[in-house]
Amino acid sequence: MGFFLETLIGGLMAGMLYSLVALGFVLIFKASGVFNFAQGAMVLFAALAMARFAVWIPAWLGLDSPFLANTIAFLAAGALMFVVAWLVERLVLRHLVNQEGATLLMATLGIAYVLEGVGTSIFGSDVYKIDIGMPKDPVMILEGSFEGGLLINKEDFVAALIAAVLVALLALFFQKTVTGRALRAVADDHQAAQSIGIPLNRIWVIVWCVAGVVALVAGVIWGSKLGVQFSLATVALRGLPVVILGGLTSIPGAIIGGLIIGVGEKLSEVYLGPMIGGGIEIWFAYQLALVFLLFRPQGLFGEKIIDRV
Amino acid sequence: MSRQIGEVILDLKNVSLSFGGVKALTDISFDVREHEIRAIIGPNGAGKSSMLNVINGVYRPQQGEIVLRGQHFSKMNPYKAAKAGISRTFQNIALFKGMNVIDNLMTGRNLKIRSNLIQQAFWWGPARREELAHRAKVEEVIDFLEIQHIRKTPVGRLPYGLQKRVDLGRALAMEPSILLLDEPMAGMNVEEKQDMCRFILDVNDQFGTTIVLIEHDMAVVMDISDRVVVLDYGKKIGDGAPDAVRANPEVISAYLGASH
Repeated sequence: MGFFLETLIGGLMAGMLYSLVALGFVLIFKASGVFNFAQGAMVLFAALAMARFAVWIPAWLGLDSPFLANTIAFLAAGALMFVVAWLVERLVLRHLVNQEGATLLMATLGIAYVLEGVGTSIFGSDVYKIDIGMPKDPVMILEGSFEGGLLINKEDFVAALIAAVLVALLALFFQKTVTGRALRAVADDHQAAQSIGIPLNRIWVIVWCVAGVVALVAGVIWGSKLGVQFSLATVALRGLPVVILGGLTSIPGAIIGGLIIGVGEKLSEVYLGPMIGGGIEIWFAYQLALVFLLFRPQGLFGEKIIDRV
Repeated sequence: MSRQIGEVILDLKNVSLSFGGVKALTDISFDVREHEIRAIIGPNGAGKSSMLNVINGVYRPQQGEIVLRGQHFSKMNPYKAAKAGISRTFQNIALFKGMNVIDNLMTGRNLKIRSNLIQQAFWWGPARREELAHRAKVEEVIDFLEIQHIRKTPVGRLPYGLQKRVDLGRALAMEPSILLLDEPMAGMNVEEKQDMCRFILDVNDQFGTTIVLIEHDMAVVMDISDRVVVLDYGKKIGDGAPDAVRANPEVISAYLGASH
């Protein structure tokens, strides 16, 4: 029982991080109907910026406090993501109002390559580390209730907590604020949104900023776990099955989808692994997504697609 | 009728619009007076929707200008138009399908909301009061259009006729001074048409809203409008009171498709 719970908790915590990545997709899709292929590149770009700023800025200002250095680097990287959002709107999206979804999708592919290229040429292509002082040592809990207690990885726990708070804030923002409502309006119909005086350009900047901040948080957390390197851009691919499962238009879907996939991966690895060989963790999520595509293409919480004929 | 038709509020001067080689509108001028119901009619492809899209700023005409309350606009855009008090409905309903009726109408209040993002996020004093005031206004629109029973229904699930009514509701929630209606009765049955006519007349009468509308149903147009503009192949072929337009030989031939 103790072992099962340990696996379950480990899965939930990993799942929270998948949710965070998936959230980036959902945000932009909801607000502009674009599937943003550049999300992975944004995670990489933000993480690179964070890792390098944390070294450059203290050296330049002569600071020694790592906490201060990290804080400043985080803010600077956040500001950089704002600039990226503004440029994306100015140079790309503004010229593509009312275009087909496929056109916008290709545009985001372009943005992905530009971000990766510019990122590596400014920040270099080595492997960097982000050290934000995450607690590394695991901790035992509930030793009284179970024999041997439950072993929890503190780093994962903190990361999951941060992700959960961010996800909750974003959900509230979308559902409860006037700006959130305007964002949803733009997602549904550009032209109608314009006709009632919703400034499309400003909305897009806002949503890409928010997606940029989500990418930054995801980049920092994953970066401090895995190191900042080019492969971080593929972390976003882990978000894909999550959005298929949860539905591209649903924030709760991204959260629950992430958790299901996190838990599913860990449990299948541990319990099915011995029977059909290891390495299930790698393909489990995609397999689950395929099943969903067959039987429920809109995902668990997505809007059902009904065509009027 | 109690309402008084006022001065010219919207004046279109020599508007020409083309898409590549296709001339959608050629040198069209007409005016709209305050508080009147002004119809634009014409056969299919006459340029009626293009005309509406020019007023609302969706299309930028190559030539000509729009004078709105004495202010000249050579480049209108939908945002400026909305700020200037022009709201519109769409021929193919363009509602926010994922939202319920109330939220759709609330988006119509967007321009009037003053509280900032942070206040909204914390549901803080002024933001809260403001939201409640706007909500009250939206409820008035809902009562006016008699759609109380579907307030919380996602609009995607509503039948066509009701969606059209919600579309009108969203435009009304903006409290516009000029309302543009793009075929408000297209695809409706007789009963729904009658309802829609009644709403249009009531909006005009009770709120004094100036209405510019495109409609195919000639009987309806002649019945409710004060003055009618007739377009054919992007050119203006008639303008005046319904009876005068009906008697205009050019209009008759455009509609019957025969040259007499």
